[in-house]
Amino acid sequence: MDLAFIIALDVLNGAASLVLLCLGLAIIFGMMRVINLAHGEFVMLGAYATVISANAGLNIWIAMLVVAPLFVGVVGIVIERCLIRFLYGRLVDTMLATWGLSLLIVGLVTTLYGNTIKGVPTPLGGFSVGAYKSSYYTLFLAAVALVMLALVYVVMRRTRFGLVARATMQNPGMAATLGVNPSRIYMMSFGIGAAITGLAGGLLAPVSGVVPTMGAAYVAKAFITVVGGGSAILAGTASASGLFGLINQLGSYFTTPVFGEVILFISAIILIRILPQGISGRFFKGSL
Amino acid sequence: MRLPRRSVLKATLSASAALASPALLTSRAFGADAPILVGSLHDQSGPIAASGVPMVDSLILAIEEMNAAGGLLGRPLKLVHYDTQSNIQMYSQYAQQLALKDKVAVVHGGITSASREAIRPTFDRFKVLYFYNTLYEGGVCDRNTFCTGTTPAQTVEKLVPYAMKKSGKKAYIIAADYNYGQITAKWMTKYVKDNGGEILSVDFFPLDVTNFGPTISKIQAAKPDLLLSALVGGNHTSFYRQWTSAGMKAQIPIASTTFGLVNEPSTLDEKESDGVIGAYGYFEELTTPASTSYVKKLKAKFPDIPYISELAAATYEGFYLWAAGVKAANSIERDKVVAALEGGISYDGPSGKVVLDHATHHAIRNAYLAVAKDKKWSVIETYEQQKPLDTAGVCDLIKKPTDNQQYVIKI
Amino acid sequence: MTRFAGRPLLNWAALAAAVAALIAVPEFVEIFTLMQFTLFAAMGVLALSLGFIWGYGGILSFGQTAFFGLGGYAYAVSVINLGDSTGAIGIAIALPAVFAAILGYFVFYGRISDVYLGVITLTVTLILFNVVNATAGDEYRIGAAALGGFNGMPSVPTFNMPGNPSMVLDPTQGWYATGGALIFVYVALRLLLRSPFGRIAVAVRENEVRASLLGYDPRLIKLGVFVVGGAVAGLGGALYVNWGAFVSPTIFALSLSAEIIIWVTVGGLGTLIGPVVGCFMIQYLDSQIGTQQTFNSNLALGAILIVFVLLLPQGLIPTLRTLAGRAIAAPSRTAAKTTVAERPAEARQ
Repeated sequence: MDLAFIIALDVLNGAASLVLLCLGLAIIFGMMRVINLAHGEFVMLGAYATVISANAGLNIWIAMLVVAPLFVGVVGIVIERCLIRFLYGRLVDTMLATWGLSLLIVGLVTTLYGNTIKGVPTPLGGFSVGAYKSSYYTLFLAAVALVMLALVYVVMRRTRFGLVARATMQNPGMAATLGVNPSRIYMMSFGIGAAITGLAGGLLAPVSGVVPTMGAAYVAKAFITVVGGGSAILAGTASASGLFGLINQLGSYFTTPVFGEVILFISAIILIRILPQGISGRFFKGSL
Repeated sequence: MRLPRRSVLKATLSASAALASPALLTSRAFGADAPILVGSLHDQSGPIAASGVPMVDSLILAIEEMNAAGGLLGRPLKLVHYDTQSNIQMYSQYAQQLALKDKVAVVHGGITSASREAIRPTFDRFKVLYFYNTLYEGGVCDRNTFCTGTTPAQTVEKLVPYAMKKSGKKAYIIAADYNYGQITAKWMTKYVKDNGGEILSVDFFPLDVTNFGPTISKIQAAKPDLLLSALVGGNHTSFYRQWTSAGMKAQIPIASTTFGLVNEPSTLDEKESDGVIGAYGYFEELTTPASTSYVKKLKAKFPDIPYISELAAATYEGFYLWAAGVKAANSIERDKVVAALEGGISYDGPSGKVVLDHATHHAIRNAYLAVAKDKKWSVIETYEQQKPLDTAGVCDLIKKPTDNQQYVIKI
Repeated sequence: MTRFAGRPLLNWAALAAAVAALIAVPEFVEIFTLMQFTLFAAMGVLALSLGFIWGYGGILSFGQTAFFGLGGYAYAVSVINLGDSTGAIGIAIALPAVFAAILGYFVFYGRISDVYLGVITLTVTLILFNVVNATAGDEYRIGAAALGGFNGMPSVPTFNMPGNPSMVLDPTQGWYATGGALIFVYVALRLLLRSPFGRIAVAVRENEVRASLLGYDPRLIKLGVFVVGGAVAGLGGALYVNWGAFVSPTIFALSLSAEIIIWVTVGGLGTLIGPVVGCFMIQYLDSQIGTQQTFNSNLALGAILIVFVLLLPQGLIPTLRTLAGRAIAAPSRTAAKTTVAERPAEARQ
């Protein structure tokens, strides 16, 4: 029974990490149709921002929850202004440019900080369930994931910005006729997507190996999840993250981590074959 | 800050070559002072760069020292280094370049076993002497190749009994899912059983796994006395943090053959690394005069080198062993140098005495056992002159000099 | 295609020049450069496979390395078992083709398209990488060939004269075989595109609905294009393994998959020569970057790619054609318009 509880926590943890990793990508890719191959590097930048500011003496919570998203958000806006905005509607060119960008960011961070960096310890302690132990940080990650989902929902549904943003994504020409500046909306959305990804990086920094090339481990999985989720940002990301998190963690527990990954990939293929429009294309039509 | 450092480094290299050259000016007219080229293939960018950078630094230092001392056979040495970018194809490409275009006298390089196996046939084919200076799973048997790093029989054999004595008989093994991890796990299993212990489970992880939650639960359910780790790379560092944050650090001790090879004790927090047991052919913390002077020189030259592990020290020693072979042969011709190196060449390096074994072309060298404490290693045991017994069990280049393969050692 | 059909003389001249270059190169360059060219030519075959299915079939595969890697492993395993490379090359082409047929049936008959198709091919590549990577143990052998996991299979026998295993090709002959294969594949794909099948494939790329209203089955056509692409990539894999005498799971790596897309985009989508040119350029750049120590290699390559996208968005060959078209037909301006119209509008979206 205790073991079942611990495994349930693992699943929760896996799903929450996926939600955090994918939400930013879902906004950038799902809403704007920009395939951002530098997504993993945004995660890495968030982790570096956290580690560097925490090592400089800043409170770890501020470093994770404020510095990381702000920094990566600003980086995202700069990148959008200097690069991405010339490439909207050109799916392949954005891929090429962001692939170059990802190499550039890795090279830059390595040049500045070397190949390794002193990490930060995991805050919060552990707790026991019967004979088993787990960490409060797992619960904290799950809570942040939920808060982020709620926040994005509120911003997109309840604020004027959300309304205008959704309208612009659907029909930029029409929105422009109504006096909206689509270029500004794109910039903001890209910045928000980057900031959420930076937050994910900040939150993962204490529980992962922080190195310049860490982003590569995340980008493929994040894409598969976002595409598996389909066009609805929230419903899609949440459902796909939950499903894939469950499959991956249970697969890893009952077989081996190698098969955990393989099972995850196979189920993603089957999912896309059965539901070519993603989960939300079938079950959550019209939702956000 | 790597960028300016590199250009400074280039400048100092050429400066020292210039300093070394006046003595040789007399023979310039005959072309005998044309530099001897030393090839280097190490990753300086990409995921494996963290291992590769200190190795090249070490090689640069060694060449500079030798040039300052008048070069080799009266000729200066010149490093020809290519960044293999953590990409196997680049290894094959640059290996051909070193052998066919640059025509180097020797190549030091290769980090992962995959990279070594990609370039070893090229150097065999084009007859270029090859030194592989990384600890690895053992079994390479090739007269053109010398392996100067430690193999499992030299380190795991010490690590496992020590850790078992400290904790208990029931062990759980976690290892990286590729040849090094798989084979090291077999050696761990063997030594645990030899010492009367029991293996509860062996788990392998692809190199890109970052979430160890399920594994930590699984280990808890198995309740081992001891955790043996052969995890590799930046992503796997996550394990130690997640292990600590789950509160398991104080419960079950860890012994590892890979932890600390890059600089894990200093990048992780004390509470994540304290108490981890490791065994290697070299630790920066060794206090012998040879070691302290090597560390001082390397750190003076490359102030931002994170940690000097066996990788860097074995590269340094590998270079000096080759140079000793060249001196003994009085030639840089491959066959003569190989014959000289097989004559029991030895070098007193930072790690102690290193002898090349004729039968295996591996190194007989000291092994050390250490425990991580306050972001540093504290060396607690020294094992003098350990032989590469694993490879010796399958490979005998005295009896069969034409042998050329990597044996999978039956354990 | 119409332009090419209209200028047969030019085509023959180009082919003759390519064959002449193939024969003449070993006379002029040293052995290292020759081996480098051999590698580039092997990769050029891989670039052609994606240039064909993407540029002419509208199928963007993120995982063309799946077929490339399968071809490489199929060659290595069968040449070790058979001892003769002739049959092994055949297997290296057939196995990826069959795999492409199965995967293609699954995908196209499920009406999966666009980016979803990209993700499926990407995922298949990741699975192959993980599975092959996990074959380090002794128990994973096929006949006499141990798969070797992450370390890969070293010392794979290279090509020999057909039917005569003891006559192993030397580097010059290896260059003739690889460069010859590249020219052969190029010409074969050109001819295929001029056949009815090729014309229908382009029609499907332009507008699936219209093509099906004309009585063609777009699913079958796309499947055909995909299988041809798989076979070509498999051949590229065999050529690659022959070059290095070595194969390891990194042949399936994500970075290589992305790099092929870059070759095609840099050279120019919707042409066959563009991907080959892009491949040669980027490969050369990669190998030059590693020989300098001033900049981190990733940094330099990344910056170059970004500048390229911003300055030459159409890719090299189409840009050159437009410029040449303008220069030649400046008064009429029709030639330049044809060039633009030939670009696959849909595949770029």
